[in-house]
Amino acid sequence: MRRAGPLVLGLLLLSGCGSSGGGASPGVAESGPVEPGDPAIAGTLTVLAAASLTDVFAELEERLEVANPQLEVRFSFAGSSALAAQVLQGAPADVLATADEAQMARVADAGLVTDPEVFAANPLVLVAPAGNPAGIGLPGDVDVRGLAELLPEDVTLAVCAPEVPCGAAAAEVLAASGAPAAPDTYEDDVRAVLTKVVLGEVDAGLVYLSDVHAVGDDVRSFAFSEGAQAVNRYPIGVLQESGAPAAAQAFVDLVLSAEGQRILADAGFLSPS
Amino acid sequence: MSGARETARVPAPLLVPAALAVAFLVLPLVGLLVRTPWSELGAQLAAPGVGEALRLSLVSATLATGLSLLLGVPLAWVLARSRARGRSVLRALVTVPLVLPPVVGGVALFLVFGRQGILGSWLDDAFGITLPFTTAAVVIAETFVAMPFLVISVEGALRAADSRFEDVAATLGAGRWTTFRRVTLPLVAPGVAAGAVLCWARALGEFGATITFAGNFPGTTQTMPLAVYLALQRDPEAAIVLSVVLLAVSLATLLLLRDRWLGRAPA
Repeated sequence: MRRAGPLVLGLLLLSGCGSSGGGASPGVAESGPVEPGDPAIAGTLTVLAAASLTDVFAELEERLEVANPQLEVRFSFAGSSALAAQVLQGAPADVLATADEAQMARVADAGLVTDPEVFAANPLVLVAPAGNPAGIGLPGDVDVRGLAELLPEDVTLAVCAPEVPCGAAAAEVLAASGAPAAPDTYEDDVRAVLTKVVLGEVDAGLVYLSDVHAVGDDVRSFAFSEGAQAVNRYPIGVLQESGAPAAAQAFVDLVLSAEGQRILADAGFLSPS
Repeated sequence: MSGARETARVPAPLLVPAALAVAFLVLPLVGLLVRTPWSELGAQLAAPGVGEALRLSLVSATLATGLSLLLGVPLAWVLARSRARGRSVLRALVTVPLVLPPVVGGVALFLVFGRQGILGSWLDDAFGITLPFTTAAVVIAETFVAMPFLVISVEGALRAADSRFEDVAATLGAGRWTTFRRVTLPLVAPGVAAGAVLCWARALGEFGATITFAGNFPGTTQTMPLAVYLALQRDPEAAIVLSVVLLAVSLATLLLLRDRWLGRAPA
């Protein structure tokens, strides 16, 4: 049901383009800075993006390609550290979007991207399997509380490895909370943590808010007060080596536009402010 | 143009592809050694967690090999000697882990031994035992992936062994169990040793099933391949050093054991 809103919007956009013969209908012009049919926005655009952006960016791709039929957007989704390493090794790409500012800074320090802009934020939340076997957060789990109160000592807990952004954030909040529970496994990415929670193999896990949206009712999520301390901020920028800077800028502009922000909000991301 | 020396020489059409194959298989190892920051070797090895990961790798691979010997040798005997119908189906089934992507193996292990799994939920209810995220889970994952290597080696050795010795032992009054222990086993010992080494090496390198089923926690479930993978996310130099260590351990074992025990085994 969450997808219904954007879908209707997309259909409206499609019909709008059709009836106006490719010209900019007022609705499209308002929804973003993308100029349909701009001849400079053509060819193939390669976007390297953090894995957590997979669903959202696929939706943005559709918008951009509908507005620019000559354009083909290709994505490579991976962990942010891996993406930064690829760019630093000279992988050809046009846009880079990472899940944390540290990885983008590595690329910026090498002079390969200028002025990346933060377009979304993603706080950590505590998740439990649908049945909540360890009784996390009970009773009366409506209020935002500290991790120490939410996590009983003997729970099986999965978090990301400290080497990846979600793990660095998890280590920060666990240290700040003084929660007695210790992780039982350091998974290699946030989806692996989520999978172990969905399967019921662990009692709890620390994942991003946007990942909870992806699995829906299979997990129960709990916000906690320390979450505000470890909010990942997502920067995006056009790469210096881009062979299609106009198209790359159009993609970045779309992400930053009101329409892009609405799609990100629907997927559970917070606005960057 | 005739004679033993001529036939031992490699036919020219085989020489070039064989050399290419050697280059293809060995060059990546050379690349690893060339890029190794040798000056940092000591510091990287002393880094927290590295010794732990290496120790855990060696212990769990050895336990997995022991378990494979215990269960795999009898299975190999059944496959090689029993005349039961459906042996070829059985052989195909038990060697599936050879070709199965290890991460799929990890998922499958979850469904059986996980907390919600067929056997795992019973273990949890009846004894309060949960396997995932324990060293036992590492051993299980490694055994699942590595045992077929042992089974295939031993089965091959059993088929190649001369069964007349067993017949003689039987006619001299030895029971089936005695024959197996005193005649068959010594006969195929080199094959068992070769299989055990292969099995151990495969277990040492196991990654996919381990990180899926056993998880990743330093000292409990983080083996060297997992440490290498995670180091790659943060510090590629460290990953190279850890890779070289793992390579050295595997190579040394394969070479040492080959000379010592496997000399008689046909190459």
